Amino acid sequence: MSAVIEMHGVSKSFGAARALDSVSLTIRENEFYALLGPSGCGKTTLLRVLAGFETPDEGDIALDGKDLIAIRPNRRPVNMMFQSYALFPHLNVYNNVAYGLRMDRVRGAALEQRTRDALAMVQLGGLENRRPNQLSGGQRQRVALARALVKRPRVLLLDEPLAALDKKLRGEMQVELKRLQHAVGITFVVVTHDQEEALEMADRIALMRDGRIEQEGTPEELYERPASFFAADFIGDMNFFAGIGCEEGLRLAGGTTLRRHGDASAESQAWLAVRPEKLALYAQRPENIEDNAVCGEVVDISYSGHYLSVRLRVPEQDTLILAKAATANPSIARVERGQTLWCLWPPSASRILPRETQSEVQDK
Amino acid sequence: MAKVPPERQILRAHAALVYLFLYGPIAVLVVLSFNESGLPTAWSGFSTRWYEALAEAADIHRAVLNTLIVAVSATAVATLLGTLLALGLERLKPRSWIDGLMFVPMIVPDIVLAIALLSFYTLLEMTLGLHSIIFSHIVFNIAFVAVVVRARLRNFDKSIVEASIDLGASEVGTFLRITLPVIAPGVIAGALIAFTLSIDEFVIAFFTAGAGPSSTTFPMLIYSMIRFGVTPEINAIATIVLFVSFTLILISQRINRPVANP
Repeated sequence: MSAVIEMHGVSKSFGAARALDSVSLTIRENEFYALLGPSGCGKTTLLRVLAGFETPDEGDIALDGKDLIAIRPNRRPVNMMFQSYALFPHLNVYNNVAYGLRMDRVRGAALEQRTRDALAMVQLGGLENRRPNQLSGGQRQRVALARALVKRPRVLLLDEPLAALDKKLRGEMQVELKRLQHAVGITFVVVTHDQEEALEMADRIALMRDGRIEQEGTPEELYERPASFFAADFIGDMNFFAGIGCEEGLRLAGGTTLRRHGDASAESQAWLAVRPEKLALYAQRPENIEDNAVCGEVVDISYSGHYLSVRLRVPEQDTLILAKAATANPSIARVERGQTLWCLWPPSASRILPRETQSEVQDK
Repeated sequence: MAKVPPERQILRAHAALVYLFLYGPIAVLVVLSFNESGLPTAWSGFSTRWYEALAEAADIHRAVLNTLIVAVSATAVATLLGTLLALGLERLKPRSWIDGLMFVPMIVPDIVLAIALLSFYTLLEMTLGLHSIIFSHIVFNIAFVAVVVRARLRNFDKSIVEASIDLGASEVGTFLRITLPVIAPGVIAGALIAFTLSIDEFVIAFFTAGAGPSSTTFPMLIYSMIRFGVTPEINAIATIVLFVSFTLILISQRINRPVANP
């Protein structure tokens, strides 16, 4: 797949704050690309740089091989869907959607046809004469989407598109956005702080932190193979064991070694990270197995329908270990608080991550 | 029927008294303007003869025309400058002293502003006339327009400006198609308030007018007439002014009602 957007060493500061710090990335044709990160990580600035509302201090951006920074925001083949939707309050739905086409001097039958097509695409036919304040939140979002798509931009930028919707509607719109993206064949770049949303919608994710890209990859890569403590911690639930990296994996303070072949690190402080759903729970330690095993006391149990969340206190670890066990599993049917359980997981299901800062330790 | 509790009755009576205090004199004035006899002490029958007499008076016509010239020109210029001021202030970082300066012409007593303007014109060796009244009215009207427009801008979602540019509009096109229509109710309300203030402004006009009837405004004329006692014509004039001001303020309030947020 060919690249639509290529960004090299893009930096942007607001006063002393460095919002973007030498960001380089490539966004491909027809891709659903997510910029994910906590608030203040620079993801919205990056989106606004692409839209042309912010000019980077350094770096190059090319769209289809041509310099994008030189193009004024109103001439870029890029449209944006704003977090607030930014619908024009004094114009009805039809004129909101037709606005961009009118700016391109599309007139007459072509204008009407394209506007109605865009409205039909987001299932808003019949609401042409409504004003934005007469629409529901979901309808307003669809108008914003139709308005941004009607000009058939090369890239559609979406700033927290689902943040203002309630949970049920958010799920529906998530599916709808993916469907639309396939139907129109336009590259989508979406900004979100919601890791679940990014995992479910995006083809590729750039996880951002302090103006830099922490890790880029497919949702599966980010979930299964986080490259840092931050990535492992931000995406999904993760258990971290603190210890010293060694040949075999990670040595805990008590002397136990948790094995993880392959990415063994030097003798330094490190984490072993493992997802809660990879842990298998046993009342007794099974014999003759290769898996890593830790033993802990059940501190808290919560029922979540299809699985049971069990929190265990493991000796010499500051934080509780979370295990998610399928409720269908008969062996954990009668877990009780205070009980001792064994958590087992295959070495391949975990990752050794270097410990970067003291704050990681405090956070955990 | 439910009995109204006594404390509620007292509050109602109090409210009635306050309104009587506010509107009683005005009601008397309106009634007397229709009094046949022309004596403020005795009612002798309904008549519109004082309004008819107004229609004959050339000096009143002249003064009304002067006032309209002043009010229309001052409103037009003040609306333009006040709106631009409000838009400009909105772009600045909130800095209280710049905002505070905007309010000064509203708060400064008219007499102080009048003296200041007169000294300023004298310093510039400017001849006084209708134009100097217009300049003076622009000064305080800018502040009123800016305040009303700023209030409107407070609910203004700035992302619609970016959305318009994103969709291909130029900065000027965005201002004309998006910003101006959205803040229009505030601009119109500001203009109506400016116009209302201008037509009955006396102190500043009195100080900054030139000599003679060519720059005598309507309130100034009433003032000169009243030196010989309150005549029934004045009651009639005041009733008309009251009616016009009232209507304009009502219109401006109606236009500038906040848009119901969904």
